[in-house]
Amino acid sequence: MSKTTIRTAALALAALTLGAGSALAQDLTITSWGGAYQKSQDEAYFKPYTAKTKIKITQEEYNGEISKIRAMVESGKTTWDAIDVDAATAQQGCDEGILLPIDYSKFGGKDKFVKGSTFECAVPTIIYSTIYAYDADKIKDGPKTIADLFDTKKWPGKRALQKTPFGNLEFALMADGVPVDKVYEVLKTKEGVDRAFKKLDTVKKDVVWWEAGAQPPQLLASGEVVMATAWNGRIFGANKTDKRNFKIVWDGQLQDWDLWAIPKGVKSLDATYAFLQFASSPEQQAEQTKYISYGPALAAATPHIAPDILKDLPTAPENAKTALANDPVFWGDNGEELRKRFNTWLAQ
Amino acid sequence: MNRTDPFVEFSGVQKTYDGETLVVKNLNLEIARGEFLTLLGPSGSGKTTSLMMLAGFEAPTHGTITLDGRPLNRVPPEKRDIGMVFQNYALFPHMTVAENVAFPLRVRDVAGPAIFERVKRALDMVHLTSFTARRPGQLSGGQQQRVALARALVFEPKLVLMDEPLGALDKQLREHMQMEIRHIHERLGVTVVYVTHDQSEALTMSDRVAVFNEGAIQQVAPPDEIYERPSNSFVAQFIGENNRMTGTVEQREGGQCRVRLDDGTAILATAVEQATVGARSTLSIRPERVRIDPAPGAVANLFDATVEELIFHGDHLRVRVAFGGVSDFVVKVHNSDDRPSLAVGAPVRIGWRPDDCRALDAVG
Amino acid sequence: MTATTASALAAGLGPDGLSLKASLARAERRSRLVSFALVAPLLLFIVASFCIPLGFMLYRAIDNPEVAETLPATVAAMKGWTQGGVPDEPVFAALAADLIAAQKARTTGLVGKRVNYEIPGARSKFLKVGRELERAPAGGPWKPVFEKSDPQWTDPVFWSALKRIGQPMTAFYLLSAVDLRLDQTGALTRQVPDQAIFLDVLFRTLWISLLVTVSTLVLGYPIAHLLASLPPRHANLLMLLVLLPFTTSILVRTTAWVVLLQTNGVLNDVMVWLGLLDERIQLIYNRFGTVLAMTHIQLPFTVLPIYSVMKGISPAHMRAARSLGAGPVYAFTRVYMPQTLPGVGAGCLLTFILSLGYYITPALVGGPLDQMISYFVALYTNRELNWGQASALGAVLLAVTMVFYAIFNRLVGIDKVKLG
Repeated sequence: MSKTTIRTAALALAALTLGAGSALAQDLTITSWGGAYQKSQDEAYFKPYTAKTKIKITQEEYNGEISKIRAMVESGKTTWDAIDVDAATAQQGCDEGILLPIDYSKFGGKDKFVKGSTFECAVPTIIYSTIYAYDADKIKDGPKTIADLFDTKKWPGKRALQKTPFGNLEFALMADGVPVDKVYEVLKTKEGVDRAFKKLDTVKKDVVWWEAGAQPPQLLASGEVVMATAWNGRIFGANKTDKRNFKIVWDGQLQDWDLWAIPKGVKSLDATYAFLQFASSPEQQAEQTKYISYGPALAAATPHIAPDILKDLPTAPENAKTALANDPVFWGDNGEELRKRFNTWLAQ
Repeated sequence: MNRTDPFVEFSGVQKTYDGETLVVKNLNLEIARGEFLTLLGPSGSGKTTSLMMLAGFEAPTHGTITLDGRPLNRVPPEKRDIGMVFQNYALFPHMTVAENVAFPLRVRDVAGPAIFERVKRALDMVHLTSFTARRPGQLSGGQQQRVALARALVFEPKLVLMDEPLGALDKQLREHMQMEIRHIHERLGVTVVYVTHDQSEALTMSDRVAVFNEGAIQQVAPPDEIYERPSNSFVAQFIGENNRMTGTVEQREGGQCRVRLDDGTAILATAVEQATVGARSTLSIRPERVRIDPAPGAVANLFDATVEELIFHGDHLRVRVAFGGVSDFVVKVHNSDDRPSLAVGAPVRIGWRPDDCRALDAVG
Repeated sequence: MTATTASALAAGLGPDGLSLKASLARAERRSRLVSFALVAPLLLFIVASFCIPLGFMLYRAIDNPEVAETLPATVAAMKGWTQGGVPDEPVFAALAADLIAAQKARTTGLVGKRVNYEIPGARSKFLKVGRELERAPAGGPWKPVFEKSDPQWTDPVFWSALKRIGQPMTAFYLLSAVDLRLDQTGALTRQVPDQAIFLDVLFRTLWISLLVTVSTLVLGYPIAHLLASLPPRHANLLMLLVLLPFTTSILVRTTAWVVLLQTNGVLNDVMVWLGLLDERIQLIYNRFGTVLAMTHIQLPFTVLPIYSVMKGISPAHMRAARSLGAGPVYAFTRVYMPQTLPGVGAGCLLTFILSLGYYITPALVGGPLDQMISYFVALYTNRELNWGQASALGAVLLAVTMVFYAIFNRLVGIDKVKLG
């Protein structure tokens, strides 16, 4: 008899003694990224789910450290029932065997989700975008294209970029004239990577590197930089809560996903799936867009979104004309090497 | 230069730290060339402060100090050419014995071979020639003190100050070092100002002793005079042992007076200035000057007393007696084969000469 | 004393005939046991919280289980294969069997990731061929399946690399931590330039630590002297100020520097307002900001040992030196300063070694050129999940620290160091 079956048996026994009514009422612990994003999840998923099912949800926060998931799984005490992960973690966690494969039949098949966003071990929840933005109070007729981000003649001053090759290499190639649909093809060659770094060389001395998502709005607000790449929700949030007038340049936006993953050794797969099904309903996903400007991963959610909200989402048709979608397989294969090369380049 | 000029002179020197109380009150003191002068007093009496002002580590609030006719007020310590030995030796722990002793010579840019020669001579003087390569931490207290002495003397200063240099040594070693310092002083003819609170040290070593109390000098005199003829009751009290009796001066004739104790006993004594007729006075008599069963007519003061207690001290016997209204009166009897036989409770006749008993200022 | 016991004692024997040494040992055994029992909790704590993790870390730096454990049959089959070509069907069959088992156990990704460190891109090829093998007809032949899947599987370079990666121990991580690698023939070569970063980072770590040590000393020595010579009432107040940094977290302090130093921060504002600057200067996200913030944090660590040594130096030493004819400067440099050296040594060693491990401060106030070795340890631990590389970097840092400790010991003598 395996450990799992013993545990299931014990659970069943517990359920029997407690009575049928509370058999499903297993509390959940859900981990996400904190901040405004987790707040939006609380409003759109956690609170309604508790209201509907009486299941208590304990929230935890992390910074996307896959090491935490690995340590938890390896210790044999998996306390998190569902985790909001980024695409890289979804891929890596699957390879490491610390995330469980997703049964998409529970969600009505992979087709229900935006194309290319489904992962073996994680089900997508939102689409966010790395864009760049500027302060419209300081620049009247602002930059318009991804090439402007690299044009220090036309737009002198510091720019804030994320301290990772992810995004920067793609932006560099697009700014250098590579069409959106050819970006990863070019990046797969040594010459393509060299070309991207060469383009980055042209702005290197003008870059302030950021690491935390909260930094770009601060850097823009303090005037430290004239433009900053950022996650679109952070810019939207700064405009909304701090009454900023930051403008997002959608050209060349890099779309990426946040996904729900289930760690190995989870207490109750059924209870977790029940929550994930709830969180993957069109109504709830549309609800979340009221609190943060990230696009729903569920195609069917879009009709439920009011037009004035829709226009700020990365998935809005007029914003997504030149959008590039992250290629997790490319980054899974080349991420470590490119990150090391990027750090080496930074240190030169 | 006139040889009779004082070598060191304090005139009207005052010192206060807080602007309220004077630590040193109006100090006037002259020290002759080649003299061994000891500043003696209880702690807080101003003796160390006076020494520090002479060394240059404290500045007088008022008054001047001159050394060899030169006013010192604006001269920093290192320019005064005064050797100094400190209470805890103040040897530099990171230097060897030789390096310590060579330090004042190196500061003065003395040539290497000369340094070697003079260090050797200085260490010879204190019998430490074989310890040159050791560090101070590897020496005993007495050895460290000798190194400090050698270091303070090696640059041949005209004046050497010693601030309770033997305070940390045990009794035997202290007495030995006292003699050694005394001999070095005699040999070199250097002027020494020595601070101590140990009266026997002051008496053994000094040419003159200045007794300090409450920021002022009570008496400056050679040791025997300090001991035999204290000029006030503090000095009498502080130096050696004495029996004290309080009374009123009844009659005074020249250098002698009669003092009536409160119980009616009359005592003849040597009068000092303060002992005017009608004034209160403290009588002071050294225990060793009291005779037991004196020969008839030998002493003017004669009393019948009772033996209260006998304490054996080896070389002498201390006899506590009571007579009239006086108790706690101690008589010192030399332990010789002709000493009188005494027993507790037995009557005894005691007496002393008026010359040995001084009528001083009243205390308390 | 009787004659017998006297002769026994003379012979080194106690009254009961035992040798004196034996009875002494017996008498002392009990007290030794008691004192051991007293230190045992600490000893256990150190072993459990320090020695064992350290041992694991060092082991992780050379441990290489992924391929050896996941592809055991392949590793065995490749024993007979000599490098220089592509192996034949038996090896492919073994690999196919291993990979099919790995697919079931969901460990293909693990192997792929390990091979990917040395052959970028191999990860997805393992995953792809894994899926294809599950669908391929059982019984083989297997080589064609691989050949069809990707040209990697017929590349001799790949195969010799795989054989090397199949060893249970590897020097890969340690070599990589000092920018070395084994090339295709297994010969030791330098890392390719665009991947060679760790030596730079190591030297940078040492250099920044040195700068911080020197600046804490320059700033801290006078403070320590002041502390040691002030009357207790004032000294306590000053001591409180020196210790103030200890009362706030590193993160808070570091963030405060950001507010103060940023281009539109307080310091720049003041200097522009005073007309000292025409153009705002970069004070943060560079070496200056890093050294400044680290100096702030490290200052008490340098000051306290120096202070406590200074406190023990008798003021009489300076007076003695002055009375012996030395001016204030001469007395200070020849008599006072040499005596403070044990404290200076302790303070500097402490600050230098602590600085080597800095992570948060350079990450927050430093630029990309100021990240120290711990940043990369954290990066490989948390982000890349490449714990072998993280351990190897940690091992290199440990080794460097120990080398510096040894040099220090040789030059100054650790027994001369005084912490108080």
